[in-house]
Amino acid sequence: MPRPEFQAPPDVFYNESEARKYTTSSRIIEIQSRISERALELLSLPNDGVPKLLLDIGCGSGLSGETLTEHGHHWIGYDISKSMLDVALERETEGDLLLADMGQGLGLRPGVIDGAISISAVQWLCNADKSSHDPRLRLKAFFGSLYRCLARGARAVLQFYADNVKQSEMIVTFAMRAGFAGGVVVDWPHSSKAKKSYLVLTCGPPSINTLLPKGKGENGEMCSDDEDDGSSDEDGDKTVGIYERNRSKKRQKTKKNGKGKDWLLKKKEQMRRRGHDVPADTKYTGRKRKTYF
Amino acid sequence: MRLLTHNMLASNVRGATTGYPLKLEAAKWVTKEVDLNADFIRGLLPKIDWRALVAATRALGLPELLPEEQPPEEEIFAEGAADVEGSAIRRIHHALLEIHVQEGSLVCPDTSRCFPIDKGIPNMMLHEDEV
Repeated sequence: MPRPEFQAPPDVFYNESEARKYTTSSRIIEIQSRISERALELLSLPNDGVPKLLLDIGCGSGLSGETLTEHGHHWIGYDISKSMLDVALERETEGDLLLADMGQGLGLRPGVIDGAISISAVQWLCNADKSSHDPRLRLKAFFGSLYRCLARGARAVLQFYADNVKQSEMIVTFAMRAGFAGGVVVDWPHSSKAKKSYLVLTCGPPSINTLLPKGKGENGEMCSDDEDDGSSDEDGDKTVGIYERNRSKKRQKTKKNGKGKDWLLKKKEQMRRRGHDVPADTKYTGRKRKTYF
Repeated sequence: MRLLTHNMLASNVRGATTGYPLKLEAAKWVTKEVDLNADFIRGLLPKIDWRALVAATRALGLPELLPEEQPPEEEIFAEGAADVEGSAIRRIHHALLEIHVQEGSLVCPDTSRCFPIDKGIPNMMLHEDEV
């Protein structure tokens, strides 16, 4: 199955039937809560039993928030999908929910939040789902507002599924540009299914707190079977672009001369900017086919 | 939405300078009991904008709940205050964590943009021309 990011914008993809899965599928629930546990561990909050005010960005149906509640923390959840938030209401999650688009900035007062987690949400920012969307501006707005609202020394742990190395680089670059220190922690790097990337960010100048924790399974140890039943629909599977094939017959016809090499190079550059995996430009790029093809 | 969240939330509509505090217009609100944790309140209090909190409680029609000026910390965190009915810490706890606004709206002070609250969830989505 193709990854959700390729199918539709988040507010459309997470419709009622998709949101329903987040209450009924025990597999999804288990994976989500396991990732949230790990994210909370990476957040390394002081172990003094004092509840903290945390953010859950892309909280969805509140599965990750439940983990925060279990640890006694108060949280504010952001999500763009109304259906998912309705499910969260049904589940009677403890946190406060906000219907908002993280690409537009979080809209919080500066320095008030003690930490933030985000489960499988940040990669959505790399998509341009509307003509007005520019992934760079959206990443900038998101990380900028996140940096501002966090207290000094607070951490943010963002688990994400990058489509390719460039996308992951783009996300990290914008996080660093916003002023964060930190980097990516990869759990189970040798397993295609259980592999999970966490962007661990610290607010403020580099210090002992900004040292990155080690990822699990980095030194070749393998994850156990129950760890391995990971989310096959969310990572691993690479799909070919099928949109060209799905175009109607009429639209498949292009002009006799085609659109030309310049147009093609421009488009490729555009896709590269959005973080897609685009083949390099070579002497074959945009070359005219022989007539007998 | 609790008043705690309202206290943190600012509008980021284009044209808003601070976007804070959002004016609360509550049509319906409920209370749900939450255990009091003095340490949490202690950590939270410096981050709370007292004026905005008082304004929010007034908007809900609770003028008696909180005083105009923030009581001194010694009074709030006095020994055993948490067990006394009607003490400052109890009132603050009640205002921040136990009141849930269900229906109403938040209005940006700079641009008068209105964010509706539906089933306790404020809709903070901006249109394309407001980003």
